Amino acid sequence: MTGLFYAAAMALLVTVALALVRAWKGPGTIDRIMAAQLVGTGVIGVALTLGAARGDATMLDAALVATLLAALAVAAFVASRAPRGARKDGEDRS
Amino acid sequence: MTGLEYAIAGLLFMGVFFYAAGSLGLLRFPDSASRLHALTKADNVGLGLVALAVALHWGSVAVAAKIAIVWLFAIFTAGATAQVLGQSSKDETDPRP
Amino acid sequence: MSLVFDLVLCLMILGTAAASLLMRSALGGIVFFIAFGNLLGIAWLSLGAVNVALAEIAIGAGVTGILLILAHARLSAMGDPVECEPTSPWMRAAVAVICGGLIVLLSVAVLSISPTDRMGAQIATLMPALGIENPVTGVLLAFRAYDTLLETFVLLGALVAVWAIAPPRGWPQRPASLAIATPVSLTVIGTFSRVLLPASLVMAAYLVWTGSDLPGGAFQGGTVLAGGILVAALGGAIALPRADDMRLRSVLVLGPAMFLGIGLGGIALGRFLSYPVGLEKALIVAIEYALALSIGATLALLVAGKPVPPAAVQEGGD
Repeated sequence: MTGLFYAAAMALLVTVALALVRAWKGPGTIDRIMAAQLVGTGVIGVALTLGAARGDATMLDAALVATLLAALAVAAFVASRAPRGARKDGEDRS
Repeated sequence: MTGLEYAIAGLLFMGVFFYAAGSLGLLRFPDSASRLHALTKADNVGLGLVALAVALHWGSVAVAAKIAIVWLFAIFTAGATAQVLGQSSKDETDPRP
Repeated sequence: MSLVFDLVLCLMILGTAAASLLMRSALGGIVFFIAFGNLLGIAWLSLGAVNVALAEIAIGAGVTGILLILAHARLSAMGDPVECEPTSPWMRAAVAVICGGLIVLLSVAVLSISPTDRMGAQIATLMPALGIENPVTGVLLAFRAYDTLLETFVLLGALVAVWAIAPPRGWPQRPASLAIATPVSLTVIGTFSRVLLPASLVMAAYLVWTGSDLPGGAFQGGTVLAGGILVAALGGAIALPRADDMRLRSVLVLGPAMFLGIGLGGIALGRFLSYPVGLEKALIVAIEYALALSIGATLALLVAGKPVPPAAVQEGGD
C-alpha cells in the first residue's frame, strides 16, 4: 500500500509540474495565477497521499492549512487589478 | 490484495487521472475562461477521489472527518475563486470602463 | 519509491526557484515563488518535519504571496515599472560569488551536525518534566525560550517600523483599505471570508492546542489567523483598525507582554524564564494562545502596511 501512495504522490507532483508550464508561458497574469491555484490543489493532494504513505496523520494538518490559505493569492490578485479611484487612468492592469 | 485495497488503488488512479486532466486542460485549452474549468472542476474531483482513497486507508472516523473538511473547504475555495477569476478574465477580454 | 519521490521534488524545487528568478514578468516570478513555497512545504513533510512544513506552507505559500502581490500592485500604482533593468555582468558575478559563498557556509554548517548528535536524546530526557510531548514546542517555549521571547519583540518592532513611515497626516489613521474594488468580486470574497475567518480562528486555536503534543504551535496558528484576517479585509467583511485603537494595541502586545511577565515571574523562582513546577504546561499553553493572537494581528497589519490619511481610505468600502 505504501508504494501505491508514493506512486500517487509522485504522479501528483508531475501534474503540478505540468501546471507550472502554464505559469511559465502565461500569456496573461490571470493564467499564471490560475497555475498557482492548481499548484495549491496539487500540494493538498500530495500532503494527503504522503501522510498515508508515511502513516503520519499530522500531515493532514498541513493539508488543512494549505486548503484554508489557498484563496489568499487569488483574492490579493483580484484586489490588485481591480480599478481603483485613487489610481491613474490607463494604468497597466497586468 | 483485499477488496478494500483494490478500491483504494482504483480511487487513487481515478484521482490522479482527474488531476492530470486538470493540468492538461490548463495547458491545452485556448483561453483563460475555459482554462478556469480545468482548474476549478477537474482538479477538485481529483482531490475528492484522492481524499476518499486516503480516508479509506486510514479507516478512522476522526481522520475521515478531517479529510472531509479539507475537501469541502477546497471546493468552497474553488467556487469562490472561480467566480472572481472569471470576472477578472472577462474584464481582461472586454475592457469596458 | 521514496527516493524517486524526493528526487522529483528536489528537481521541481530547484526549477521553481530558478524560474522565479529568471521570469521577466514580476507577477510571474511571484507565482513561481508561491509554488516554490508550496513545494518546500512538501519537502519538509517528506523530511518528517511537520512543524516546519506547517509554518512554511502558511508563511511561504500563503502570507508571503499576498504580501508580494499587494506590494507589486502598490508599486505599479505609484508608477514604478516593477521590471528588472539589465544588470552589469560584474554585478551578476558579485551576486553569484556572495550567494555561492553563503551556500557553501550553510552547507558546511549543516554537514557539521554529526548524525550521532546527542541533542535529540538530551531533549527527550528533559521533555517529561514539561508535561508536553512536542519537542519543538519544548525547545521554543522552555529550553530556548529566550530566543522565542526576543523573536516576538522583533515582530512587534517590525510593525512599529512600518507604522513609523506613516505620512504626518496619516498618523494614527487606518492603513489603506485592502477591499476589492469590483463590486461582484467584493461580494464573492466577502461572503467567502465570512466563513473563512471563523474557520481560520478555529484552525489557529486547534494548531496551538495540538502544538503542545503534536506538530503545531503559536507561529503556525498565528499565521493561519493572519491569512483569515487578510481575506476578510480583502472581501470588505472587516475594516482595518486605526493605529491608536487601544483594543488593537492590547492584542498586539498581549503575547509578548504575557511571555515577558511570566518570564520575569520566573525570577522569583530563581531564574528568568523558568516555570514553576507543575504549572509548566498550563503556562506554556497560555503563552502560546496569547502569542498566536498577537502574531496573527501583527502579521496581518504588516501586510496591510502603513497608516495613510483618511482620504485615501474612503474608496474601497470599509
